[in-house]
Amino acid sequence: MFSLGSLDVKQRIAAKLVTADIEALVASIPKPVGSFGYDPWGYNEDTFKLALGAAKRLYDHYFRVTAHGLENIPSTGRVLIVGNHSGQLPMDGVLVGVAAATNPHGPRLARAMIERFFPTVPWLGNFLNALGGVIGDPVNCSKMLDMDEAIIVYPEGIRGSGKLYRKRYQLQRFGNGFMHLAMNHHAPIVPVGIVGCEETMPAVINLAPIARLLGLPYLPIVPSLLPLPARVYLNFGKPMHFSPAASEAEVTEQVETVKTELRRLMQIGLDERTSLY
Amino acid sequence: MATKTGSRAAPKKTVLVTGAAGSLAKRVIARLHGQYNVIAVDFRRKVETDAGIPSYLVELHKRGFEDIFASHKVDAVIHIGRIFAHEKTRQQRYNANVLGCKRLLDLCRKYKVGQVIIHSTYYVYGASAYNPALIDEDAPLKASEVTQDLVDSVELESLANIYLWKHPELNITILRPCNVLGPGVRNTMSILLSRSLVPVLIGFSPLMQFLHVDDMTDAMIAAFEQNKPGIYNVAPDDYVPYQEAVAQCGCRKLPVLSIPPSLPKLVASVLNWNAFFPPYLVNYFKYPVILDGRLFRETFSWRPRRNLNDIFTYYRKQKLSAS
Repeated sequence: MFSLGSLDVKQRIAAKLVTADIEALVASIPKPVGSFGYDPWGYNEDTFKLALGAAKRLYDHYFRVTAHGLENIPSTGRVLIVGNHSGQLPMDGVLVGVAAATNPHGPRLARAMIERFFPTVPWLGNFLNALGGVIGDPVNCSKMLDMDEAIIVYPEGIRGSGKLYRKRYQLQRFGNGFMHLAMNHHAPIVPVGIVGCEETMPAVINLAPIARLLGLPYLPIVPSLLPLPARVYLNFGKPMHFSPAASEAEVTEQVETVKTELRRLMQIGLDERTSLY
Repeated sequence: MATKTGSRAAPKKTVLVTGAAGSLAKRVIARLHGQYNVIAVDFRRKVETDAGIPSYLVELHKRGFEDIFASHKVDAVIHIGRIFAHEKTRQQRYNANVLGCKRLLDLCRKYKVGQVIIHSTYYVYGASAYNPALIDEDAPLKASEVTQDLVDSVELESLANIYLWKHPELNITILRPCNVLGPGVRNTMSILLSRSLVPVLIGFSPLMQFLHVDDMTDAMIAAFEQNKPGIYNVAPDDYVPYQEAVAQCGCRKLPVLSIPPSLPKLVASVLNWNAFFPPYLVNYFKYPVILDGRLFRETFSWRPRRNLNDIFTYYRKQKLSAS
C-alpha cells in the first residue's frame, strides 16, 4: 500500500517537473547509457530529468540566472568547465549544470565532482551519482575525458565553498590536478566566473572543531539554512587550450592564467549586477 | 597461438579443467570435448562425464593430484575450482585455494604445461566508497582491506601474478569476471537472486555488472584458444543498480538498516546468511565495483551475447515455475 501511494505521488511530481521541453532537451543530450538507462558511474536519465526539471525552476525563478558566453561550451567532445567555488552548499555546481544542460547552442550533461564522503551517506550517494555526480578521483576524470564527457571542476574545493563571506570573490588556493587532466587528455578548459552564489549563503563564522567532530568539511553559521534567493550571473569564457608543461612550476603558471581569466569573468558579473537579491 | 584443431596429423591437446562439478566448468568441458582431450578434476565429488573424459576426485593440495600429471601429458590447465567462503573454514579455504593453486602451478612447471587459465573474481578489487568506476586491471587489489575472508582470493591472484611474470613459459592468463549468473550457477550472487526474499541495504543500491555463464564460457574458451597471457577483467559495458536487479529477478526486498555500518554485517552473521549475503560481502551490496572490460573485449574480440534482461529472465521464470 505504502509503495503504491508513494509511487503515485512520485509519478505526479514527475509529470509536473518533467515538461516536454525537459524531455526534448535530455533526449538531445549525446550521452550513451546501458540497457537500464545507467552509465558506469550511475548516471540515470530518468532521475536526471526529474532533477533538471526541479533545478530549472530554481534557475529561472529563484536565482534568476543570467548566463553569457554559453556558446563557449563545445556541444560535443571532452571539456573541463572550471569555476570559482562559493556558497557553502554546491548550488554553483547545480546552476552551471543546468546552464550546460539547457544550453541553446547544444545541451551537455556536465558532471560535477562530489565530496568523497557522500557515497557513504544512505540515498545521497546513489542520488548524486544518478544526477551525473562522481567522486573527484583522477581515475574517474581521466576515464570520463577519454569518453568525451564534460566535467565541472572547482579547483578550490572546500577551500572555496567553505570560505567566509568577508572573503567573497577572492580565489582561494587552486589545486593543479585539473590542469594535469586538461594537458594529458588534450581537453579544453572553459572558465566560468560565477557571481551571486556567495550571497546565497553568507557565512559569518566556521565552527571548525565541531565540524571535525562530525566528520564534515566545515560547519558555518549562516543566516538561513536554505540558500537565499540571490541573483546569479554566469560568465563563460572562451575555451583555453594548454600544451603539456615541462615542470610543476610551469603547470602552476598555467593555473595562474586560468585564475586571471576567472577574475576577469567574475568582475564582468560583479559589474553587471545591479541588485544582490 | 594455439590452433583450434590443428592439422589432422597433430595429436589433440590435453586440457585439465578444475572445479569440474561447477556449472561454468561443466560448460567449458562440454565446449572443449571433441576438439581436445579433456580431464575433469573436482575436490567435491567425482564428476559424471561423457565417455572419453577421465574424471578425478582429488584435492589440489593433496599428493594424489600429481598422479594425474604423471599419467596424462597435460598441455593446458583451466583452473576454475574454488572453495567459497561459506563452504569451509578460513584455514581450509586458504589451504585449498592458495596452497592448492601454488601446487598446481608448480606441477605445471614440472610437467611443462604450456598454458594456464586462472579464473579469479572481481571481488579482489574490494568494494569501497572511494572506488572510481571502470576499474582497470592495474588497479590495486584492496579486498583484503575490506575483509579477511577475501584474503585467499587476493593471495591466489598475487601468487598467479608472480608465476605470470617469473615463468612466462606457463602462459598464464588471469580472468577477473564480474558477477556470473545463469542456470546451475551456485555462487553467492546466483544463490541470492534465486531466493524469493533478498536483503537490500536501506539507501544503498550499488551499480553492478552481470555476465551470463554461457558468455563467461565463451570468454574462457577464447582466452584458451587465443592464448594471450595477461590479466583481464571480464565484464560487459552495461550496468544496473543492485536493487533494480533484485526487482528484475522477481525477488521481494528485505530492507536491512545500513547505519551504523557494522549493523548489516551483524545481522548477516546472526541470521547466518553466509550462503547468499555473507557478512564479508556486505560492502559489495553497498558500494559499486565497476570493471573496465575493454581490454579483454578488444584483445579477444569477445562480446557477451546475452543481455541483462536475458540473465534476469531466468531468475524470474524460476520463481514463477516454483509458485
